[in-house]
Amino acid sequence: MSLKKHILDLRKRKEKVEMGGGEKAIEKQVAMGKMTARERILAILDQDSFTEYDLFVEHEAKDFGMDKKQLHGDGVIIGTGTVYGAPICVFAQDFTVAGGSLGLMHARKITKIMDHALKMRVPLIGINDSGGARIQEGVNSLAGYGEIFYRNTIASGVIPQISVILGPCAGGAVYSPALTDFVFVVDNISKMFITGPGVIKTVLGEEISMEELGGARVHAETTGNAHFFAESEQECFDQIKKLITFIPWNNSKKAKEFPPKEPQFKGNLEDLIPADPRKPYDVRDVIRSIVDDGDFFEIQELFAANIVIGFGRMNGQTIGFVANQPLVLAGVLDCDSSDKAARFIRYCDSFNIPIVTLEDMPGYLPGVDQEHAGVIRHGAKVLYAYSEATVPKITVILRKAYGGGYIAMNSRHLGADFMFAWPTAEIAVMGPEGAANIIFKKEIEGAENPEEMRQLKVQEYKEKFANPYVAAAKGYIDSVIEPNETRNILLHALEVSVGKDINHPDKKHGIPPF
Amino acid sequence: MSDKKELVGFRVHTMEYQTKITKSYANRKPWQAPNPNEIKSYIPGTVIKINVKVGDKVKEGESLLVLEAMKMRNQIAMPFDGTVKEICVKEGDKIPKNELMIVIEE
Repeated sequence: MSLKKHILDLRKRKEKVEMGGGEKAIEKQVAMGKMTARERILAILDQDSFTEYDLFVEHEAKDFGMDKKQLHGDGVIIGTGTVYGAPICVFAQDFTVAGGSLGLMHARKITKIMDHALKMRVPLIGINDSGGARIQEGVNSLAGYGEIFYRNTIASGVIPQISVILGPCAGGAVYSPALTDFVFVVDNISKMFITGPGVIKTVLGEEISMEELGGARVHAETTGNAHFFAESEQECFDQIKKLITFIPWNNSKKAKEFPPKEPQFKGNLEDLIPADPRKPYDVRDVIRSIVDDGDFFEIQELFAANIVIGFGRMNGQTIGFVANQPLVLAGVLDCDSSDKAARFIRYCDSFNIPIVTLEDMPGYLPGVDQEHAGVIRHGAKVLYAYSEATVPKITVILRKAYGGGYIAMNSRHLGADFMFAWPTAEIAVMGPEGAANIIFKKEIEGAENPEEMRQLKVQEYKEKFANPYVAAAKGYIDSVIEPNETRNILLHALEVSVGKDINHPDKKHGIPPF
Repeated sequence: MSDKKELVGFRVHTMEYQTKITKSYANRKPWQAPNPNEIKSYIPGTVIKINVKVGDKVKEGESLLVLEAMKMRNQIAMPFDGTVKEICVKEGDKIPKNELMIVIEE
């Protein structure tokens, strides 16, 4: 063969394998409203940046007639590329090839690119679209999953790991996304569950559709397994790319700095919140009014909406925001919102992202269901995550900070670097009504008009204690600030915290209340 | 202004707040103290065999029925000496968790 012929031969081989499961399978994929694995990778990565590896890998399975089957790329595409110039390792399961089923070589390709990502300290994006284990390959498939989970765990907190669920991801396979940092789902396309509707019906007699059991909305709203929900694959890819701009390549770097921008907000910050602590407002309006360009990138928007988490920039630097949301369940902490906040705090700490906490919360959600669901151990995660975090930690108390909630929301006592409070802040062991009822029980009960006396004592307590000055007098609050000063004071606090360096005792790892 | 309509009074300790309610909060089941006379399924499964009839006097520890779940045949035993008052399931029934199976009395 002449050299030219060799090259033509290579091109022909590539072309064939790049067709994945062939035209018919691709037609089916498109009919399901899905893009192909290759299209997905190209849609996420910068133009012409994708380089593929292991294109010619083939399986070695012999049983059940597998020796006669050729599976292009063994049902998965791996490679490297860039997103806005940031280096990325990527794999995408190809549903058109044997349903994207995971066999030994399929798993080898995935673990190869994972090893590469970890070695090169670059983010990993995994696109899941697979019918599950390749039954014909038996225990080899299970081995493959296990080796992926192990790498997910070892890489956790070292490189960002992003999972995109663009098809079924069922059985053991779901644990890889669950071990990664961010999970993206798309309405009507993503399906995640341990046990499918078929088995549930046979064993338990419960009838449920795939969508109701483990569709995108379920994981975005109810289980909290998903962090980002999109209506279409394209919207999902835009979300992924935006996320990449906020996070660093690995845990030894900082997120890329952007040119500083003023917030779009032109009004008065104090007009955003009602003075009456019982009245709601959307705390995201406060965040948007202090971040660069008013651009707040919310995470887990639909899950446990009583706490808000997400990224924004201040003077071009990525900041993680944690804020109680008075608009939903009065902003209480409960099992779900504690899990949501704690995991995000640990993410920020792992990846050198300073944390700003905006506090306005009446305490923990009371109720038998909460107590029995383990609000003690779930709530403890927030304390653990804040205490453990060594990145700059700044709190602004907007209104209520009652009881255990005051301690939990990055208080001075858990190691906050700066504590600011608006003059509307009420820092107290509990709400004025409750406190007055206990402290002045005798006076109220003994009064001629107990109700009148009660109101009087509540008012007295409010004036004396429901304010930021008692805490400020003890130095628990560094500064009581006007709402309009918030952005500038935060910018200053962040500026003077850049060199923060604290060392906790050496240990293998702590034992957080998982 | 649809937001305004979704606001409800929500009590945390002594204060009532105006706020929205989440789906999971709205769907939570109110707590009920367990009734020791009601034998409920602790796991979803299939009733394979019922070993008692209404009116039977049964000693503590004796089998009331067999509930098959996850390929295991679980003996559901009488918690104390007593009488079978009512049987709410049939052999072959597939039942969810917390389904009332048998009512007993001391």
